[in-house]
Amino acid sequence: MTAALTVLATGPLATVQDRGRPGRSDLGVGVSGAADRRAFALANRLVGNDPAAAGLEVTAGGLVVRAGERMVVAVTGAPGPVLVRRPSGRLRPAGLARPEVLSLGDELRLGAPDRGLRSYVTVRGGVDVPAVLGSRSTDVLAGLGPPPLRPGDVLPVGQDVVGPVPACDGVPVSAPDGGEVTLHAVPGPRADWFDADALRALFGRPWEVTPASNRVGMRLHGPELGRTPSRAGTELPSEGVARGAIQVPASGQPLVFLADHPVTGGYPVVAVLRDRDVDVAAQVRPGQRLRLRVEAPPNIPRLSS
Amino acid sequence: MTAPAPDVRPYGDAGVLVEVADVAQAVALHAALRATPPHGLVDLVPAARSVLVRVAPGTDLAAVAAAVATAVRAVRTTAAGQDPGGAGPVVEIPVVYSGEDLDDVARLTGLGAREVVEAHTGQTWTVAFAGFAPGFGYLAGADERLTVPRLRVPRTGVPAGAVGLAGEFSGVYPRPSPGGWQLIGRTDAPLWRPDRDPPALLTPGARVRFVERAA
Repeated sequence: MTAALTVLATGPLATVQDRGRPGRSDLGVGVSGAADRRAFALANRLVGNDPAAAGLEVTAGGLVVRAGERMVVAVTGAPGPVLVRRPSGRLRPAGLARPEVLSLGDELRLGAPDRGLRSYVTVRGGVDVPAVLGSRSTDVLAGLGPPPLRPGDVLPVGQDVVGPVPACDGVPVSAPDGGEVTLHAVPGPRADWFDADALRALFGRPWEVTPASNRVGMRLHGPELGRTPSRAGTELPSEGVARGAIQVPASGQPLVFLADHPVTGGYPVVAVLRDRDVDVAAQVRPGQRLRLRVEAPPNIPRLSS
Repeated sequence: MTAPAPDVRPYGDAGVLVEVADVAQAVALHAALRATPPHGLVDLVPAARSVLVRVAPGTDLAAVAAAVATAVRAVRTTAAGQDPGGAGPVVEIPVVYSGEDLDDVARLTGLGAREVVEAHTGQTWTVAFAGFAPGFGYLAGADERLTVPRLRVPRTGVPAGAVGLAGEFSGVYPRPSPGGWQLIGRTDAPLWRPDRDPPALLTPGARVRFVERAA
């Protein structure tokens, strides 16, 4: 019998993710991959996996998987109750951010997180579903990769291992912020499309994350960001989009692009999150408030003509 | 006449957006950066008037800008407004010109429906960039006769293989999706096959000829 995890419950959304498909934008294919890259990378390290191995991204808890043989797993990201149910029915609490051994028939059960939104489950050897364009990630926008998990799915466990399981009783990681979250963003490339009031509001007022948020992007609710008069009603020729870009559509309500963002977009990007803050953004829940702070633009010399 | 100097704009702490004069320069700059990648390069996203250069976090963006400047000098010979036609292979796409918007396009362009078909089949298009969906290439033409606005209200469903026009571009829907392009025909050409390498039929730099087929 091959090693496998059987999915018994998924919660609101659980998908297979890895580091995604970088470098394929010219085919119209975005990067995708784990939304909180840092938490996912830690989960792979905790079971001695290759950093390219695939694991599970669990949105708002609710995942239950059963081990088809003895295996080592780890849970990182949004912290919440994690239990192991033995075949006897006995429950034991499992630790976060540490290697955890499951025996044949054990069920790993993730409750709703206390803070944050996305948890990661890795298994030693990696989840070995077929790769599409070099990645096992589900891209919900492009429709690439395996479909979201459903009860009854059987996930084979692979051999993407690079080292032993680290001897570790738990990595001290700070939990995602439960209150107001601060994210840093570099203004531009299209900050000049907006009026001074809009930029003051963007970096001064609190923003609420709306329920219309997903792996594609996080939609914010707050003051309407108006354009400078010379750009009012103007169409921007489509341009490249990256994770962390804060795009302002015609509604004036910004959205922060996450892992499954489109490759190009036709609305101006007013600012772009600092790369490491994109992982923080991926843990902000609908209903939570956030503030944006100006990160000084990097030094880019002007091109001589 | 010299083209205006390209503009390098910040794009977070791990990228720069290089704005150029037109789609021909964007195609040429993308090719030049691909041939000589800046140190730390993660991804290049060519688009209508720009190339987004994404690098690994921590990469010195001043060095990236310098590499971009070198690439820009190499493409300066591509004068603005020039036919973006590259040296890529020519892909032939058979089309039945029976699109729902063909008559509207004829009216909007001031050409007859017959002349729209002739203008579409009579020029070599170049895949400038991709986006919207995997395998959706934005095709830049050699002239501007077929420039039309997007639909005011996008369709909720456009079938796979629909051939459309929007702005200065033509394109083919690789799979069923919503869409706002003016539809002039349809094709059976397989635009996207994940098991093929590359999976997209139309990749940036490739040249395209549309060939009329009977219904």
